[in-house]
Amino acid sequence: MAVENGLPREHYLNATYGIRSWLLTTDHKRIAMLYLASVTFFFFIGGTFASMIRIHLLTPNGYLVSPETYNKLFTMHGVAMIFFFLIPSIPAVLGNFLIPLMIGAKDLAFPKINLLSWYIYVVGGCFVLYSFSTGGLDTGWTFYTPLSSVYSNSAVTPAVIGIFINGFSSILTGLNFIVTIHTMRAPGMTWFRLPLFVWAHYATSIIFILGTPVIAITLLLVGLERMFHLGFFNPALGGDPILFQHLFWFYSHPAVYIMILPAMGVISEIIPTFARKPIFGYSFIAGSSIAIAVIGFFVWAHHMFLTGESVYAALTFSLLSYLVAIPSAVKVFNWTSTLYKGSISFDTPMLYALGFIGLFLIGGLTGLFLACLGLDIHIHDTYFVVAHFHYIMVGGAVMGYVGGLHYWWPKITGRLYPEFLARIAAVTLFIGFNLTFFPQFILGYMGMPRRYSSYPPEFQALNVMSTAGASILALGYLLPMVYLIWSMRYGQVAGRNPWPATGLEWQTDSPPLTENFDVTPEVTWEAYDFANRPDLGLDVPGAPVHAHGDD
Amino acid sequence: MHRSGELYGQFETMDQQRESASLGMWVFLVTEVLFFGGMFMTYTLNRSTYPDVFGEASRSINLTLGAVNTVVLIGSSLTMAMAVWAAQVGKTRLVTFFLIATLILGTVFLGIKGVEYHEKFVEHHVPGLDFNFELGASPATNAHAQLFFSLYFAMTGLHALHMIIGAGLLLWLIKESLRGRFTASYNTPVENVGLYWHFVDIVWIFLFPLLYLIDRH
Repeated sequence: MAVENGLPREHYLNATYGIRSWLLTTDHKRIAMLYLASVTFFFFIGGTFASMIRIHLLTPNGYLVSPETYNKLFTMHGVAMIFFFLIPSIPAVLGNFLIPLMIGAKDLAFPKINLLSWYIYVVGGCFVLYSFSTGGLDTGWTFYTPLSSVYSNSAVTPAVIGIFINGFSSILTGLNFIVTIHTMRAPGMTWFRLPLFVWAHYATSIIFILGTPVIAITLLLVGLERMFHLGFFNPALGGDPILFQHLFWFYSHPAVYIMILPAMGVISEIIPTFARKPIFGYSFIAGSSIAIAVIGFFVWAHHMFLTGESVYAALTFSLLSYLVAIPSAVKVFNWTSTLYKGSISFDTPMLYALGFIGLFLIGGLTGLFLACLGLDIHIHDTYFVVAHFHYIMVGGAVMGYVGGLHYWWPKITGRLYPEFLARIAAVTLFIGFNLTFFPQFILGYMGMPRRYSSYPPEFQALNVMSTAGASILALGYLLPMVYLIWSMRYGQVAGRNPWPATGLEWQTDSPPLTENFDVTPEVTWEAYDFANRPDLGLDVPGAPVHAHGDD
Repeated sequence: MHRSGELYGQFETMDQQRESASLGMWVFLVTEVLFFGGMFMTYTLNRSTYPDVFGEASRSINLTLGAVNTVVLIGSSLTMAMAVWAAQVGKTRLVTFFLIATLILGTVFLGIKGVEYHEKFVEHHVPGLDFNFELGASPATNAHAQLFFSLYFAMTGLHALHMIIGAGLLLWLIKESLRGRFTASYNTPVENVGLYWHFVDIVWIFLFPLLYLIDRH
């Protein structure tokens, strides 16, 4: 069906026309595009707040806004980025687009629920935007009580309602993925032939369905407390504010893995493709995703070492937090082992993947500093924490997302992005990111607390470096934004499998048909098996004959 | 609307479609367990902090109405189970009958719940609205009793909301059933709504002792 010198005649983008055909679509690929547009919108809102924060911190006494407004800036930055960009970004855009293609299905198991989840996201987003524009939000993205439920004068109620509503969008996406992965796999697509991207999303979905309802009910209680002056979390009325923190982090720590696991899935796809080698230790990478999801539920109170929780509880949570490092390290070791003696090419997605490994390593290791009970008491609530989670969230999750967008862009649009510009953007992002956030490790270690609108003059040099880095980082995000849109019309036609890669998604047209495949594919090969795939047109001398590097 | 037994485009076989719908419902119920779980946690912590006031407040709510409601709800689970059975063996008229019976019992439950809520309003036991637990109670006792009643309203309210959604689903099932949509070969909606209904029932089985029975011995 693929036409040699052009796009396929019919595909999901041109199958039907008009605004209704988009707003009422049940095609997972189109819903992914709706999500792409909406998460990008929230990314720029969150990014604008971030830029204002960095400009403000150019001078010790604050350059731009009043301390009250500063509180709102970092709160709204966090809420927009975490709940409306990072959590849905990879699952709802790339996962939505790719999971049915990767397992050889025509769609997700529940296409209408998939569309519903996007509408829920939009409604939740509207509530949050209403909060931002009618007084803003100044509680911190963590909504600690009783500040959020009693004392804050900002628009907490609509924000809490918005995040409550948005939670159901995550739950429905997770539910859809789990059922789809269980019941919709093509003949021959066994569990251990699934791409690791799918395993990562399965693990993410487990967190979606087990964690999200808890944050939903918690924020509902905060909302009720604020509206009806109840006392669940208000010590003045006999309630317990620490209970709020437990319930909040029971979701919000696993939510960190919601954000990073899908990015790890992306990296596990990119690395074998550009090292042209089966991934090393397939089953360990798959299992480590599940292990991260499970252990991730038992570490939440490491956010609360300074709340006066019992020493034994703190020690236990410290130890359990160290355990998460094991499956995370398994992944990093296996990715690097995959690179060993690989035939590596430095295409743009690979640059992002390599950047991810380095930044995730720094972010992960500094996470161990914070899991360490004694050390955490010193660097708690300092810029060290800010730097740590931005290394995981921006250096990890966003790098994975942007890398994944580049990697699958030819599949999504049928056209290639301009490679040279894209490499420049990837390097710009990497440099800008490190210049922004590495100084924050030092600032934090020297004792600069987070969430303050001013700082002692001796911290200015490092803050100026950080702000300078942020401007480079912003350029690194704007550049792909421009050339990716440009490439949708003018990019070189990609063909089915431009890299080439081994997954099922590359076996169909680019862009794919609405039904994904002409005939339901039958899988007879193992995942990432380059050696036994003559259809890829590769000559891979010396490549291992076995499917998995560890077999 | 789904025609009876029609295969949706994304599925290859009816079995696959049925399996997906059923698994989807179970996954949803797992989510629901965690949703209620946060509230049960809040309840447990507060009760262990203020056992005496919680016991006293618990004794003030109407045990008879609560007990009757428990029986009504278990009865509705029975009729729901019968509806699923009737659908599986293809007794179309019986499906409608049992669905209507379930809806009636569910409505009775909500009605009795309404009577109980009314009592609370009369007794000034509604948190935030001129709350006063009993004459001469200390401010601390009043505050802690208000915590109990906040949880009482939040938990039974969320449960009642689930019942109302369930009643809406039953109405839809009855409408479909009257058109003879459910047969021995196609009854997934009845089965899934049944699962949901039993789940809501089970939540009440936990709520009843925790709210009504903690200090009656």
